Amino acid sequence: MRSSASRLSLWLLLTPFLLWIVLLVLLPHLQMLRVSFQVRESWDTLDWGFQQYQNFFSESYYWRTFVRTGVMSLFTTFLTLIIAFPIAWYIARLARGRSKGLLFLACLIPFWASELVRTYGWMILLRESGVFSAWLQALGWADGPVEMLYNDVAVIIGLVYNGLLFMVVPLVTTLEGMDENLVEAGYDLGGGHFTVLREIVVPWAMPGIVSGCIVVFMLTLGSYLTPILMGGKDSAWFTQQIFTQFITRFNWEQGAALGVLLLVLSSLIVWIGLRVTGQSLRKVMG
Amino acid sequence: MIRSVPRSRLFDALYLVYLVAFFVYLALPLLVTAVFAFNDAPFPSLPWKGFTLDWYFADGSGGRTGLFHDDTLLSALWVSAQIAFWVTLCSVALGCANAVLFERLEFRGKELLYLLMLLPLVIPGVILGVSILVFYSGMANDLSRSWGIELDVFRPGMTLVVMGQVTFITTLATLVIASRLRKFDRQLEEAALNLGATPVVAWFTVTLPWLMPSILGAAAMAFLMSFENFNTTVMLTGSDTPLTVALFSRLREGSTPVLNAVALFLMVASALLALAVTRGDSEKS
Repeated sequence: MRSSASRLSLWLLLTPFLLWIVLLVLLPHLQMLRVSFQVRESWDTLDWGFQQYQNFFSESYYWRTFVRTGVMSLFTTFLTLIIAFPIAWYIARLARGRSKGLLFLACLIPFWASELVRTYGWMILLRESGVFSAWLQALGWADGPVEMLYNDVAVIIGLVYNGLLFMVVPLVTTLEGMDENLVEAGYDLGGGHFTVLREIVVPWAMPGIVSGCIVVFMLTLGSYLTPILMGGKDSAWFTQQIFTQFITRFNWEQGAALGVLLLVLSSLIVWIGLRVTGQSLRKVMG
Repeated sequence: MIRSVPRSRLFDALYLVYLVAFFVYLALPLLVTAVFAFNDAPFPSLPWKGFTLDWYFADGSGGRTGLFHDDTLLSALWVSAQIAFWVTLCSVALGCANAVLFERLEFRGKELLYLLMLLPLVIPGVILGVSILVFYSGMANDLSRSWGIELDVFRPGMTLVVMGQVTFITTLATLVIASRLRKFDRQLEEAALNLGATPVVAWFTVTLPWLMPSILGAAAMAFLMSFENFNTTVMLTGSDTPLTVALFSRLREGSTPVLNAVALFLMVASALLALAVTRGDSEKS
């Protein structure tokens, strides 16, 4: 009786989970993989083949954008970590009482606005007719309007801005759990700031660092609005090509292949990151 | 660098400058967006031409249409609200079930299923949208071509958008609710059972009230995430455009202070929502 009741509750809870994961995640991704190996011969005949993947490697525009997106995402993630770490350290270890909570809340402010609004804010600041340009002219530091938008630096500023929150929160959480005696012991044993940071703080904070980096990297790699709206003519982003294939060209087969490639790239880099740092997905995300 | 280790004056000063610069960097884009919602000029840029509420209330007669008279934006707002409602409902319900499944029950293959549950977090939002489009919309196309059956639910539109967003918001809701369930003292539930409550009664009178703050928190987060989502949504949307997509196409045509007005409206609304949840949270505990 007892065991049949627990079997029943197991199935009652397992069913919604399986429906969700199978119908919304597994089947759609398998279908995407299948479609990426289809080649359309005429409007109603299909064949199997590697045509879409060959296109990717033979068109330099595709794979150049692919590499560029990957490299810039890694760089953005690294930059976000460097910028966020001192802030997280201050909130977790140096601030006290009320100011601690307030600073933490202040880090959440950008989350009140969507990515579109945040990007729009940066456009108002950086563009030729924008606020910075007007200030520079008012101060007499520039003779005419200055265009600061539509280049890679602007894109990275926007991307780092989008990612900061997701870096600060896990860092603060892990750093708060650190025992200060460890740091003191490090200094007592004659370590300098850098040695203590490298030998004690960073290893301790590793789960938070990896978790923040994974989220920021995924967000950056998959972002669309920021690179499109803030980037120049030459700063294409890989997601943009997926959108183009699906929405403008209706070439689902090619779009699916590009999607699979992006998924492979992101999984590979996350996997390498976990391997190198010796963390597990369960530990850093769950 | 901890409180008990002495620091030099210079270091402290530099640290302070860095902190101030950081928070200016965080606040500046949102601040200018908010301020230009009230500038009496047709283009959101300096110089400041005076204060106006036109970008909210103008009815179009003077060449300006404010947010509250802009039918496209208002209907997009309504579409987004409906989507967010359904996404919140589905993902929080699924999140509760998943949390109990992974925190309370033991079964074979649990580790593997837990990893599968985390999977949507490491899939870019665009790919989630694309895969659902390819699977469901492709299925609708095939059915229509082969048997003449029209499955319009699976054509790009509100249903697909809800499905796409539920995919990853469920994972986040599960994590939020599960982390609270982990801290629950199971003796409370056992006490209820010893006192004669059935498992169902014990769940609704003891466990669920304990989970309530996290359920509300997860709901607020789900609502905001859904409302703000662009990457997954844009692949799946049909003729009824949600707000972010409508704003994006407006922005491509050129920026007007109406966009600032919408942005400020959204910021205030999400801040109020966040505040309401944290307030309710602190009252509970």
